[in-house]
Amino acid sequence: MPSRTPLMDQRAIARALNRMASEIVEICHGSEGLVLVGIQRRGVQLAERLARLIGSMEQAIIPSGKLDITLYRDDLQAVGPRPVVGETHLPGDLDGKTVVIVDDVLYTGRTIRAALDELTDFGRPRRILLCVLIDRGGRELPIQADIVGMTVSTGPRDRVDALVQELDGQDSVELVRG
Amino acid sequence: MSAPSLGKDLVGLEHLSAGQLRLILDTAEPFKEVSERAIKKVPALRGKTIVNLFFEASTRTRISFEFAEKRLSADTVNVAVSGSSVSKGETLVDTARNLEAMRIDMVVIRHHASGSAEFLGNRIRSNVINAGDGKHEHPTQGLLDMLTLRDRFGRLEGLNVAICGDVLHSRVARSNIWGLTRLGAEVGVCGPASLLPRNIQDLGVTILPRIEDAIQWADALNVLRLQLERMTAGFIPSLREYNRVFGVTRDRLAKAPKDLTILHPGPMNRGVEIDSDVADGEHSVILPQVTNGVAVRMAVLYLLAGGAPDWHAGASE
Repeated sequence: MPSRTPLMDQRAIARALNRMASEIVEICHGSEGLVLVGIQRRGVQLAERLARLIGSMEQAIIPSGKLDITLYRDDLQAVGPRPVVGETHLPGDLDGKTVVIVDDVLYTGRTIRAALDELTDFGRPRRILLCVLIDRGGRELPIQADIVGMTVSTGPRDRVDALVQELDGQDSVELVRG
Repeated sequence: MSAPSLGKDLVGLEHLSAGQLRLILDTAEPFKEVSERAIKKVPALRGKTIVNLFFEASTRTRISFEFAEKRLSADTVNVAVSGSSVSKGETLVDTARNLEAMRIDMVVIRHHASGSAEFLGNRIRSNVINAGDGKHEHPTQGLLDMLTLRDRFGRLEGLNVAICGDVLHSRVARSNIWGLTRLGAEVGVCGPASLLPRNIQDLGVTILPRIEDAIQWADALNVLRLQLERMTAGFIPSLREYNRVFGVTRDRLAKAPKDLTILHPGPMNRGVEIDSDVADGEHSVILPQVTNGVAVRMAVLYLLAGGAPDWHAGASE
């Protein structure tokens, strides 16, 4: 019987996002040339919220975009039904920009590997940072996040469910033990 | 998240479910954007080898497939029949089996015989995509017409689409009829009685005897090419006569109760089935059709590359 443990509620997520927004500005020494790119699906909403938070902090408009990495997945050669492809929309030219990749949960690192490949097909950012709400460990590639909302250690049979208001009607993160 | 499967081959739209048709159209949406990128290439079909096997002349369809394949990073080979072993008498299956022995993954085939794509698909392991088989089907053309109509109207359900002209010789007409009716559009056909197949109404279409009837009834006209090269017998008195009675002209469209969207699968016979000022007019979506063709073909290639072993798996909704 799987057990569900709440990791973050709405207020905890709001506090974490505030801190993460500050950290992004601190690491980048401001918001000049900053672009936030959310990974489909729930990274998109988190990127939009971080862009708004940084925008009000810095009195600036921070562009945000969405990236679907499906066509860059490393398991597409496997036979089976094709994963659904989502929308990619980046706000203008990435050359010379500081791009912050935003995702909900960081696990094996394969999604981020695909995102890096896809972003470099779009341009040559000056710098790319990785920002995730939850780092659950379990990496299969040498990838690490620069900004993390919460770190939790999990096993391969566990699942981390991150929900966002815009898509799911509530903000919450739960650990489901397998 | 996984999509429902499309099966091994795409031979036509007749046997696809509404769910499978929507899957292809929805998958084509994100592929439109790939062709707008500075680097128009994604690695989804890296390492796949695709043969474009064209037994009939084609410019638009072959180039469109080739762009779709290349933008998905597949390796492609074009086989044109003149100058190949086919002109030395090799059979279709032998040609395909020899290609397969070189370890290919997919075949895009255009052939003058109706049913050839299905015939081939049943005999080789590679995915087979029909790029037009005789007078039977041209499924990717049907799909790109549907995508273009959906872009324009936001829906297909309840739309009145009149297919005008040489329905008898047209595989585009058949794919349109099956695909559009399956997704809830009303289809009418309009043309000289000699160019309408017998019992066409059995496919669930309305017969519109005069072009004026089609213009009154329709939201969109899909104007077919008069297939001059297939006209071995005297189906029409003359091209001028055809244009006078069935040509889609600006004067005729001016009497329509609303602005009609104009589609044409190309290549056009300007001044025969369609007048230039209509083809180039503000309600023409003939060039968006071509753009959508690449996206639809990318979607089909991407979905088939999953290669589900069950032919029509996922047909249930």
